[in-house]
Amino acid sequence: MPMSIEADQGLYDYSTRPQRTPTPEGDPGLSLSDDTRLGLYTRLQELRQLEKRAYDLFMQNLVKGTSHLSLGMEAVAAGFGQAMRADDYAFATYRGHAHALSKGASMDGVLAELLGRQNGLMGGKGGSMHLSDAARGMMGSYAIIGAHLTLANGTAWSAQLRDSGQVTVCFFGDGTTNIGAFHEALNFAAVWDLPVVFVCENNLYMEYTPIDLITSVDHPAADRASAYGLERIVIDGNDVDRVYDTALRVLEKARSGGGPSLVEALTYRSGGHSRADPGKYRPAEEVKAWADYDPIIVYHQRLLARGFGEETLTEINNKVADQVNQATEAAKAGAEPELESIFTELWADGGSTWRN
Amino acid sequence: MAELNIAQALNAALSSALEDDRVVLLGEDVGTTGGVFRVTDGLLQKYGPDRVIDTPVAESGIVGAAFGMAVGGMRPIAEMQFMGFSYPAFDQIINHVARIRNRSQGRFTAPLVIRIPYGAGIGAAEHHSESAEAIYVQAPGVKVVVPATPYDAKGMLLAALDDPDPVIFLEPIRLYRSIKQEVPDEAYRVPLGVAAHLRQGRDVSLIGYGSMMREVNAAADILAAEGVSVDVIDLRSLVPFDAEMVIDSAQRTGRVVVVQEAPRSAGFAAEVVAQVQEKALYSLNAPVERVTGYDIVVPLRRAEKHFVPSVARVVAAARRTLEP
Repeated sequence: MPMSIEADQGLYDYSTRPQRTPTPEGDPGLSLSDDTRLGLYTRLQELRQLEKRAYDLFMQNLVKGTSHLSLGMEAVAAGFGQAMRADDYAFATYRGHAHALSKGASMDGVLAELLGRQNGLMGGKGGSMHLSDAARGMMGSYAIIGAHLTLANGTAWSAQLRDSGQVTVCFFGDGTTNIGAFHEALNFAAVWDLPVVFVCENNLYMEYTPIDLITSVDHPAADRASAYGLERIVIDGNDVDRVYDTALRVLEKARSGGGPSLVEALTYRSGGHSRADPGKYRPAEEVKAWADYDPIIVYHQRLLARGFGEETLTEINNKVADQVNQATEAAKAGAEPELESIFTELWADGGSTWRN
Repeated sequence: MAELNIAQALNAALSSALEDDRVVLLGEDVGTTGGVFRVTDGLLQKYGPDRVIDTPVAESGIVGAAFGMAVGGMRPIAEMQFMGFSYPAFDQIINHVARIRNRSQGRFTAPLVIRIPYGAGIGAAEHHSESAEAIYVQAPGVKVVVPATPYDAKGMLLAALDDPDPVIFLEPIRLYRSIKQEVPDEAYRVPLGVAAHLRQGRDVSLIGYGSMMREVNAAADILAAEGVSVDVIDLRSLVPFDAEMVIDSAQRTGRVVVVQEAPRSAGFAAEVVAQVQEKALYSLNAPVERVTGYDIVVPLRRAEKHFVPSVARVVAAARRTLEP
């Protein structure tokens, strides 16, 4: 039925829509070691502090091209990163700084790449949207929506054929669930029992558009799982313990031949879609509710409640701050790539000439 | 008349087009946000969500739906956010949009417009910055047009919408907000397939299109100041191609420089050169020059300006043709 323009003025200003706020369930009470918990906390701090620095460098106009931050969403990358094996594979989107770091890419390499320097992960050729680190199984960030889910099946398939025990984890956003490649990839993975885990970071917005307005089901990933014979998994993506626990379970399932999983982690983007977007179209109460349920605030409070000392956590914060400062200096000290580098590495001979 | 930039002129054209109930806009964030380049700003508020449709990120789905709407009698306009994002829709464009008329012996047609911002300008490399027009030119059945001024942007978009065949409508990202021009308030058409003869000259022909026209015009100014009589053509339309104007110019000047932003080899400039040598070889006084991007992936921001042909490169190529 056609919508009346007058009756639906609210449609044109998402900031007046009903807010979608988090539903905290509290400490899941997992039996995790102190080291594991502090490891998760440290990783959260690393992802947060590095991206805050990336934002600052942006404001100084030092970051080349556009970039997309995952501030507020770090628990998903951190939880999975800590649960993955060093030789597992990871695929991420253009919003992939956190995933590269959580797979072990260096802070220097990430920041230098954002600055377009020679000491960046891609020698300054890829920029924010194309981070990869082959040595650490970080198989790349991809800026074409959905494409990398089908690619992830390929590395998973290779691991299955090589019997290597490696699992591929593929991160993507809620918007990806409506493109054909998402569905093609899930079916392939399910049919061939591929050792792959698809992780949907549902931050409620496809770029600028609320995902629920353009999706046929409430949970854009999980509600599609049954179509491919997969378990419906929805988790609190701002609770790093729950993410980590889920990651361990689905990774083990994939590693032991149990096939793929599709995880939908509910989270929220603190800021806008990209550098050009202040994200003002969201209800203020919604933004505030999620800011209050920030994954780092949540985990900080939990660790204190579990008897960790404030000074222990402060020490971690400070250590990470030092690392980020050092990485910033290292990145800034990197040389600009030689202009000639744009003519390299197109073909196997290292060059870019195919005729002339 | 109002002084508008290209983005505003396109917005005015779309607003005018939407007065026709058959016209529907589809694309990612085209409604509430007004598109990533704000070309569709305010149109949702004016024409409502049945006519200005915020779609999922699903380019194949967007173009597929536009195809079906067009076959069903509507006049859809689909927006791809960037040239590189049109590739997921490639199958629909090449296999179906371009071929349905031929395949159905004219029983079905898909008169739709696919708007694609293209070319460098935002410094984000690859998908966000490339010029893949030659790929679409190689698909018989779709027209490919590319305005370079606000006046042409409005007039050509409305002409594209009237066209009985599907049109790929390329919008140069670098020029969206860089030039202003008086644009009539009323609807008007700039016919597709007719190049613009911007400057009459006797010594050398500069031939360009779309995103490169700013550099081409600047090069013409420099050469003219040196006393060179420059002929300048903005092709505006690649399919259909205004060969007549190009050949006539080549025959008059005997010296031709063709400029494109896309990678060099097998680009549209190569087609222009081929036609000039087929039809005007004996009028030429110098080898035809091409000024193009390189056969590489469009680089990040710092190197982007080196990829995009500069005014100096266009001037140098023209001077080479003028060497005795």
